[in-house]
Amino acid sequence: MVTFTINGKEVQGQKDWTILDVARWEGIPIPTLCHHPAVEPYGACRLCVVEVDEGRRTRIVISCMYPVKEGIKVRTDTPRVQNVRRWIMQLLLDESPASSYLKELAKSFDVKPSRFQKAGVSFACHLCGLCVRACQEVVGIQALTFSNRGLKKEIASPLQMGSKDCISCGNCLYVCPSLGMEQLYARMRA
Amino acid sequence: MQITTLTDLEAVKARGLAQLYPEKPKILVGMATCGMAAGAQRVLETLQKRAQQLHWDGAVEKTGCIGFCYEEPLVDLIIPGQPRLTYARVDQEFAAEMMTAVAAGTVPEENFLARLDVDDMILDGGPRRFYEGALSGFVAQAPRYEDLDFFKLQRHLAMRNCGFIDPDNLEHYIARGGYFALHRALTSMTPEEVIEAVTVGGLRGRGGGGFPTGVKWASCRKAKGWPKYVLCNADEGDPGAYMDRSLIEGDPHAILEGMLIGAYAIGSTEGYIYVRAEYPLAVKTLQRAILTAREAGLLGQNIFGAGFSFDIKLNLGGGAFVCGESTALMASIEGRPGEPRAKYVRSVEKGLWNLPSNLNNVETWANVPLIIAKGADWYREIGTEGSKGTKIFSLVGQVKNVGLVEVPMGVTIKDMVNLIGGGVPEAREFKAIQIGGPSGGCIPRELWDLPIDFDSLWDAGAMMGSGGMIVMDNSTCMVDVAKFFLDFLIDESCGKCIPCRLGLKRMRDILEEFSSGKGSLADLEELQSLSEAVQDGALCGLGSSGPNPVLTTLRYFRDEYEAHILGRRCPAGVCKDLITYAINQELCNGCMACVRECPQGAITGEKKQPHQLDATLCIKCGACFEVCKFGAVEVS
Repeated sequence: MVTFTINGKEVQGQKDWTILDVARWEGIPIPTLCHHPAVEPYGACRLCVVEVDEGRRTRIVISCMYPVKEGIKVRTDTPRVQNVRRWIMQLLLDESPASSYLKELAKSFDVKPSRFQKAGVSFACHLCGLCVRACQEVVGIQALTFSNRGLKKEIASPLQMGSKDCISCGNCLYVCPSLGMEQLYARMRA
Repeated sequence: MQITTLTDLEAVKARGLAQLYPEKPKILVGMATCGMAAGAQRVLETLQKRAQQLHWDGAVEKTGCIGFCYEEPLVDLIIPGQPRLTYARVDQEFAAEMMTAVAAGTVPEENFLARLDVDDMILDGGPRRFYEGALSGFVAQAPRYEDLDFFKLQRHLAMRNCGFIDPDNLEHYIARGGYFALHRALTSMTPEEVIEAVTVGGLRGRGGGGFPTGVKWASCRKAKGWPKYVLCNADEGDPGAYMDRSLIEGDPHAILEGMLIGAYAIGSTEGYIYVRAEYPLAVKTLQRAILTAREAGLLGQNIFGAGFSFDIKLNLGGGAFVCGESTALMASIEGRPGEPRAKYVRSVEKGLWNLPSNLNNVETWANVPLIIAKGADWYREIGTEGSKGTKIFSLVGQVKNVGLVEVPMGVTIKDMVNLIGGGVPEAREFKAIQIGGPSGGCIPRELWDLPIDFDSLWDAGAMMGSGGMIVMDNSTCMVDVAKFFLDFLIDESCGKCIPCRLGLKRMRDILEEFSSGKGSLADLEELQSLSEAVQDGALCGLGSSGPNPVLTTLRYFRDEYEAHILGRRCPAGVCKDLITYAINQELCNGCMACVRECPQGAITGEKKQPHQLDATLCIKCGACFEVCKFGAVEVS
């Protein structure tokens, strides 16, 4: 077992656990978006950031991937952590202001749409990659993938040609946090 | 032929030396990409054709780039018993004249750049003079390399062979001491001793981070897992930077030898060079070098009979900037999309295919044979306390001498700009230097006595990066510069993590408000806190260093931001929404130049009468400003 502290409280975890695993075990709240226990962590949304004091230096890490280490001091609510989370919420909400899921999530951060909010967007996909990972890791096929990069990045079938491999299992629909998959689903199929 | 013993190596060296210093005259043409772009191919063909016509008894060969990119195409004339003579900006016409003169036993005096008296031959026991005794005539008066400001502070260590050898010729490389360091490492040093030498030598990664190379090698050697990989990062993508390209094009075997020594030290049998496909000449040069080395037995099984085997594969990058990031590079080699991953487990432990992998930059690898051949203590002598050796910079932007510069660490920015670069154009003032590419920062004139090394740059908010240096004068708007680099990063972001994908875009949007006169001081605070969120939150180095151009310009040029926000004006006259053009009626002499140039027909007037500019039609393209010789077009 590895012993360390979260917000000053001494906690323990198995050596292959992440900080998030331990925090969930202990009931310490850490917000997440692209995390799901059924699939491998991906590290895209960055909402689960925490501040870790490793002795030599203090840095911001993502709790869903950072492996627990003996003696580290984790804080889940410092000003740096809050700043990152608040901005991520702000950026996401402005990207899809109509998303009921985001609106609900944004409440806990006290974030409202800003002057940069996109108008007339009903579709919401945050590229969390849960659908892609569920398809690959849980179903065992690759009917879904990422396409393009940067601001043009999107979820698509391989080569955007529609996938013949899709078995209509609905895992991607189930795991999607924002209901974006419902609108994408038809396009994924050959 | 197979090279398996020291005797073989010596024999090849003797043959190579006979080619490098022949008894007959020889002409070298700089044929790296910079030379080719300036027309070196045609120059080479002209020289060869003319030599044939004249039955000239000598050789015309190609070589790499020696660094004077602003003077390309460069041609060197090597006549036994004479210094090496370098000619600049050679065109086809002059090439033909030159050959005629040389065939007649004279040397041309036009287009002359400088003469080189001594070849450093760093790896091979010391300097070698091109001639003995006194010179006469024009050559005796000619400036030497070390008389040129551009060359004064330079010391070519990594670029030791660039511009001296034919990059495709293994014998040339061996003639200048190549592969002797590998032989020494394999036959008389243990892997631990090699790592020790690199650590004591103080070599730090030239790719940007400046991580101690020896420490990285040691952790990779210790890591459990097999096979281990040795990788070379040749995915150079910073705007304006091309050091790695020139090194590959000028001296590919230096990189192979470095990787071989590294592989021996780490205990690896397989290596990859990840090179961008946009560098076709570099790719070809590497392909040929790998093949030649394999044929000579310098890559493959049981090298030098020492029981050490290693081979290198070439992997072409598809043009994504982010693939220069170590984990994205490895994902790309594996055949997956080039996306970084979290590095909480380091790639020396779990890298390529989850196996221990050691990635170093092209320039780092090229430095390795030097340290083994000359010793760690020799290498430690060069550079500053924390940064040893030399660094190659590509000096570009608003300076007279644009080119590749290799200087010992610790040269000041002022010397870099004013001495080596020849200063900014007349009637302009040096304003800032952008160091380290999109992840670096802008350093202002107040700090130009700063020595250029890893730690000083880091403290100033910039970074060494791969070594791009863009000089900016007072015609550059710093808000515009920040926008430029953000545009680049937004375009190149892989899009995986939200702070980089959406955060950089938001920073760009806020800057756009400033440059269109809609900003407020509160937005500056917003920009600052967003920058910090992106720095802390982004997944990889590309994202987390993305705000640097904004943060350094905010730190050193806050007054310029405030001028945009409070004064609604752009002091450098760049941001179109904040400037107006007008014609000074007293200075205008009615030459009609601007009337003809204006694409909108916004300027009207008669000859010899002051012209009129219709502001409602003006699109602020600046064409009139550029064309006016009398300073009558004013920007405000």
